[in-house]
Amino acid sequence: MVPVEHVIALSALLFAIGVVGAVVRRNLIVILMSIELMLNSVNLAFIAFNRIWSGGEAASRLDGQVFALLVITVAAAEVAVGLAMVIALVRNRDSMNVDDASLLKW
Amino acid sequence: MILAVVLKTLFVVVLVVGVFAPLMTWTERKQSALMQDRIGANRADIAGITLIGLLHPLADVIKLLTKEDVVPAGANRVLHTLAPVVAAVPAIAAFAVIPYGGVYTIGASTLSLVAADIDWGLLYVFAIGSLATYGAVIAGWSSNNNWSLLGSVRNTAQMISYEVTMGLSVVGVFMVFGTLKLTDMAVAQDQTLRLFGFVESLGWAQLPAWADHWLRLPAWGIFLQPLAFVMFLTCMLAENKRPPFDLPEAESELVAGYFTEYSGMRFGLFYMAEFIEVVVIAGLITAIFLGGWAVPYLSQDVILHGDLPLIGRSLSGLFGAGAATLLCIGLHVGTFIAKMIAMIWLQMLIRWSLPRFRYDQVMDLCWKVLLPLSLANIFVTAAVMIALGEVA
Amino acid sequence: MDFEAVLFYVFALLAVAGALGMVGFVRNVVAGALCLVLTMISLAGIYLLLGAYLVAVVQILVYAGAILVLFLFVIMLLNLRHDDFGARRAGRSVLGAIGASVAVALAVLLAIWSPERLAAPAPLSEGFGGYRDVGLQLFRDYVVPVEVAGLLLLAAIVGAVMLAKKEVD
Repeated sequence: MVPVEHVIALSALLFAIGVVGAVVRRNLIVILMSIELMLNSVNLAFIAFNRIWSGGEAASRLDGQVFALLVITVAAAEVAVGLAMVIALVRNRDSMNVDDASLLKW
Repeated sequence: MILAVVLKTLFVVVLVVGVFAPLMTWTERKQSALMQDRIGANRADIAGITLIGLLHPLADVIKLLTKEDVVPAGANRVLHTLAPVVAAVPAIAAFAVIPYGGVYTIGASTLSLVAADIDWGLLYVFAIGSLATYGAVIAGWSSNNNWSLLGSVRNTAQMISYEVTMGLSVVGVFMVFGTLKLTDMAVAQDQTLRLFGFVESLGWAQLPAWADHWLRLPAWGIFLQPLAFVMFLTCMLAENKRPPFDLPEAESELVAGYFTEYSGMRFGLFYMAEFIEVVVIAGLITAIFLGGWAVPYLSQDVILHGDLPLIGRSLSGLFGAGAATLLCIGLHVGTFIAKMIAMIWLQMLIRWSLPRFRYDQVMDLCWKVLLPLSLANIFVTAAVMIALGEVA
Repeated sequence: MDFEAVLFYVFALLAVAGALGMVGFVRNVVAGALCLVLTMISLAGIYLLLGAYLVAVVQILVYAGAILVLFLFVIMLLNLRHDDFGARRAGRSVLGAIGASVAVALAVLLAIWSPERLAAPAPLSEGFGGYRDVGLQLFRDYVVPVEVAGLLLLAAIVGAVMLAKKEVD
């Protein structure tokens, strides 16, 4: 099995790609998907640390995995509401571009 | 060890893709013909021998392979080619956890006739089933066609709705058997109904021993959870877009739904994926509700070591332990295939008898009927389990 | 290099490729969403390697099988074909490129130059990460967060229905 630093490096890399996607892309749905990617990278970190700290006979605690499950639940709720907002926004502005929804910007 | 896995996988793939899928096209035509009082397809022949139409699957394959490969103009070429593959792979992959034989001890090692003996086998089937949605989704989108898009949108809504109910309807079975491992479920159905000691407490012990064994029901899932059987069958039919839930393909409404623009072997892959899923549904229902490979009233112990009813001696005594195990394997695999054929016949029967559901009726059925019923099933199962004194 | 390590690197490569595809497909949002599906499935594979069996299956069932299907559903429903053309100003792509390189450099440094390595993980105990152990811990120690998550999902359902429904005159 690979050293856990490699797994955390993968998690950091995915998080970075998610952040870049959320900042650079202008399509609202792609921004939402980048947020999902960030949540997934965090899940990976949780599970990797759970593996090294709690695997084995001594203390079989599964807090990391339980938390990953709760993160998946919250992500599902967030996606539902986020996509409903996307539908409402597109219905009003007829465009999925975030730059077109800048009325409150000073 | 790797060789055993490869052999088991090959057996499953060859059996399902090579034998069952072509046979099912034949069954579809012949059974519908019988039900509709006509003869069906019987013209394909080799040198004048027609074999009651069994050569039609071969003719179909040759026809599909030699057709022109059309990708519609303006369609996304990569996605258009990817969609049939994404539809077909989960159907075949779901067969990895279905046990077609029991657990046998040969010498020092145990042989369990399932390609992948996973602890959470049932969850794996649901996960793979949820990936099967993508085939229809990508097909509809990438065809650059309004009818395909409509069929695809309907299909997505239908499939993800019925996934929820499919999972919930099996929770009752999970509670009764206490395991998600399909081999353990099949082993648990290899006996007669005990109902957690309730049947014993009825005082049947006064009956002679043969009545005590032969007058009980086998401990199959369908007797323990009849409502779950009906709901699971309905949900799997809806997942597979089989009639009466075949709105996405609605032949009389949407041309051909999400595979309007598919021809040749791409359409052949979709078609084959649907039939393989029928076989998967049959295999799943057999494994969970119909006792899998278990012969009713003859558990594996009795076949191998106990005294057989009419013969009076055990198989091990007659033929020796190794040959007895081989005979038992043959008997179990044959029983599994027979039960699967019965379930395939049932699905064909349902297909050719019922009219198609309307879209809002499909959604109503899922969310307003099946979901509350499956939740009620969970509660009632829990209550019965606690009342009969067995809390796992 | 045992088989599990090879599998991990293959899955890691697929995950990163999927993530880059999701961010990189500018004109074709559907292809981007499918690349994210590839990332989710690769991550589920990595969870299997790390002993989180229930979380891996839930990841495929919920994330790849429901959430991303919902994304694709909304993309197909809205059916806008000419909406996003990437960063309007060059400055934003330069910012993105700098950010990405810094992140990649940090990740590589983290992997290679960490001063002390964490100890190799102990072999897994029986039933680690299976549905029984996770379920027991979920409903014993974490029962309050689970109930709150249920309420959160209810709020999300109601909110989504209210936001997306059309006004009925």
